[in-house]
Amino acid sequence: MTHVAPIKDVVDIENLVITFATDGEPVRAVDGVSLSVKSGEVLAIVGESGSGKTVTAKAILGLLPETATRSGVVLLGANDVIQLSPKQLRAIRGVDVAMVFQEPSTALNPVYTVGWQIAEGLRAHGKLSKKQARAKAIEILGKVGIPDPEHRVDYYPHQFSGGQKQRVVIAMALVLEPEVIVADEPTTALDVTVQAEILDLLRRCRDEFGAAIVLITHNMGVVADLADRVAVMYNGKVVEEADAVTLFSHPKDAYTQRLLAAVPKLGTGVSQTRERAAARPKQELAPVVQATNLVIEYPGRFGAKGFRAVDDVSFSIHAGEVLGLVGESGSGKTTIGRAIGGLTRITDGSLTVLGQEMLGVRERNFRPLRSRIGFVFQDPASSFNPLLSIAECVAEPLIVHGRAKDAASARPRVNELLEAVQLPRAFGDRFPHELSGGQRQRASLARSLALEPELLIADEPTSALDVSVQARVLELFAELQKEFGFAALFISHDLAVVDLLADRIAVLYQGKLVEEGTGAEVLVAPKHPYTQRLLASLPVPDPAEQASRRELLRALGGTT
Amino acid sequence: MTEPVVVRRGSVWSRLPVLRQLRQSVGLQRGMLIVGLVISVAFVLTAIFAPILAPYGYAQLQDAQGNFGAQDPPGGKHLLGTTVGGYDVLSRVIWGAQTALLAIIIAVVLSVFLGILLGVISGYLGGWLDRVLVVIADAVYAFPTLLLAIVSAIIISGGQSNLWGGILASGVSITVVFIPQYFRVIRAEAVRIKSEAYVESAKVVGTSVLRIMLRHVLRNATRSLPLIITLNASEAIFTLAALGFLGFGIEPNSAAEWGYDLNKSISDVTSGIWWTSIFPGLAIVLVVLGVTLVGESLNDLADPRLRTRRRATGAPVTTADVSVVPGGTLDAVTITDGLEPRS
Repeated sequence: MTHVAPIKDVVDIENLVITFATDGEPVRAVDGVSLSVKSGEVLAIVGESGSGKTVTAKAILGLLPETATRSGVVLLGANDVIQLSPKQLRAIRGVDVAMVFQEPSTALNPVYTVGWQIAEGLRAHGKLSKKQARAKAIEILGKVGIPDPEHRVDYYPHQFSGGQKQRVVIAMALVLEPEVIVADEPTTALDVTVQAEILDLLRRCRDEFGAAIVLITHNMGVVADLADRVAVMYNGKVVEEADAVTLFSHPKDAYTQRLLAAVPKLGTGVSQTRERAAARPKQELAPVVQATNLVIEYPGRFGAKGFRAVDDVSFSIHAGEVLGLVGESGSGKTTIGRAIGGLTRITDGSLTVLGQEMLGVRERNFRPLRSRIGFVFQDPASSFNPLLSIAECVAEPLIVHGRAKDAASARPRVNELLEAVQLPRAFGDRFPHELSGGQRQRASLARSLALEPELLIADEPTSALDVSVQARVLELFAELQKEFGFAALFISHDLAVVDLLADRIAVLYQGKLVEEGTGAEVLVAPKHPYTQRLLASLPVPDPAEQASRRELLRALGGTT
Repeated sequence: MTEPVVVRRGSVWSRLPVLRQLRQSVGLQRGMLIVGLVISVAFVLTAIFAPILAPYGYAQLQDAQGNFGAQDPPGGKHLLGTTVGGYDVLSRVIWGAQTALLAIIIAVVLSVFLGILLGVISGYLGGWLDRVLVVIADAVYAFPTLLLAIVSAIIISGGQSNLWGGILASGVSITVVFIPQYFRVIRAEAVRIKSEAYVESAKVVGTSVLRIMLRHVLRNATRSLPLIITLNASEAIFTLAALGFLGFGIEPNSAAEWGYDLNKSISDVTSGIWWTSIFPGLAIVLVVLGVTLVGESLNDLADPRLRTRRRATGAPVTTADVSVVPGGTLDAVTITDGLEPRS
């Protein structure tokens, strides 16, 4: 991309080095980064966790913790942020540069109205009277697409949905008309359909408000959707910087190429699924899990009506089959997984797991069946007891079900399992915090497979992982499934991930099963409008294709 | 095949509760911790070696040269003078350390086990048992500590005592007050841990309730115990001294007790005899200060937001291969995944 007219740089970072003091050795998080952002441009900084992208962006606002030492130059307009005193920093924050945070529900103060919080920035810079500030807040809320702003300016954050809260946060950033907005993973905490709306809004921030945006994200689809220029960071360094179209079509650096290759794409799973279906014995076995008109309610407080998380859902999982369960947050997908694992009681209907009816089941009757069910949890960081070594954790199921006397006698089997999930045996002696996220999730797979279960429930097993790690874990999951032949319920919010693994896909929407079928049916020719919208919202890592998909989504927007 | 990353786990010494924090600390926090530790260690040593250190016995009124004088000023044979009853002040102060240490140990040991047991059961099982126990704990909280201690002292020993009777009386009365504290802390941890994914994963596997409580909940719930123990230890000394001061303490011929000595020295203060009250008082203040310093430093060091760290200097450091996570956990960099052997 060549700029004909000389457009001024609003942010100019030169040779930025940031080092953190830790309990051990000092850690260099950012190592000689040079970047610049022009006005009216979206610069995306991508990288995996620990690459230093967030720290770099926070340096633009001077928002680093006390343990950090910095050197280099961060020019914001005419000011060098690194040299400014706290008082001077306060004067430029909000006016010259603003921030949009990752988690909108924690970025807003729950005890003040959103109007008050938007006006707070105006008051801090002392420009407007109370009345003017309120008028300004209403105006900006309208601009970011909050319906009925005159009325809703007096609402509290909890009265807004997640996407609307993020709109309010963006409104707070926009109200002082800053030249630069730093958006730190602005859509990571949001569902795909909401993410598409927020990305649209950010695009309008650039087009209508003329703000430059520094977008920090790990999602290549988001980058393709929004960014003009992309900087790829790895280990504190910028390994590649290019405009978005060039980066996606001709990535130069090896790391960028690997990163792009690791992003799961829709439609790659169809051939694999066909292969697996052919390999499976044709005769219909009794289903491992059979749900008929399943209803799960969470009791309300003090006689209030309970919350119906799962509403009249019917499906079945046959032996050796992988069912992908897709839905947004609050759709009840995790609740179904927990009910099958015997962690949540069902309210009505029927759920048969390995021949045991779960309605009103007693723990004593279900316990023998637990050895035949494996469970992989979402967050590998918390699903291991931090005081036990990996080998002890993996041995737990063997000891509990009497297959081994203690951790030492279970060790040969544990070693086998660790090797099955491609971890070196020696990792058994490590503690969970000494493993990376991907390694931990593989150990978690080893634990769930220890008793050779007939059924494996995987609850968002890769959503806490970086893309490149996710790709490896998914590959491993597919390999293990082929080898051990267990039936699986694979729960995910990411259609592309489910597409890779699942034989059949079930789409949940607000507790109801809206569509079920093979990957080819659901993903290629979706029937239900919600599935169509979900598919269209999913950003693909290709700027040109993403632009056309955006149009498609806009067209769909009218129909639902 | 790449070599697995060498894990620095350190020796057993560096992982012991207090020593690990000492290595971690820096600056003022380190100073506080060291001062606290020095005072506490000196206190414990004094208590253990009291028979060697003290020039006379705690109940000794005479030696070969005859009776000690009453209210002799410091100097000569009696380094810190003698009390109105004719005891050697220095010896009483040194022997008093032994009584105080015993009181701390008994109070902590008695309350720690019961408090942890009740806390884990109540927190993990929940239900009506939990509600009843919490109400009882709250009810005990509502009593003034000292009043409760006096009442239990009277019930246990009728207000009169020899060494073990007195220590047990104060120990048990302190225990009654302390159990709710341990109970509350452990219960809160157990409730938190109950919803952790690793407890759920144990449940999914079919682990029995007892095994979950012992192996997963209890071991993870005891993290903050060293802190409460140090804070409670200083409270135990205060309670023992207060009991002694109010006249529910240990008779001078059974053991030396700082609170009792303070009580007997009240009348001395007005007549300008300072040494009988200053030294036992100073002993109480020092020990409480030392133990509290240790406790407070441990508290600050346990919280990564309060913990100060050495500032990173401008000197060249190895480039980060790891990210900084709040709490100081170091995760191996994700890229090792790509380098690992495929079997």
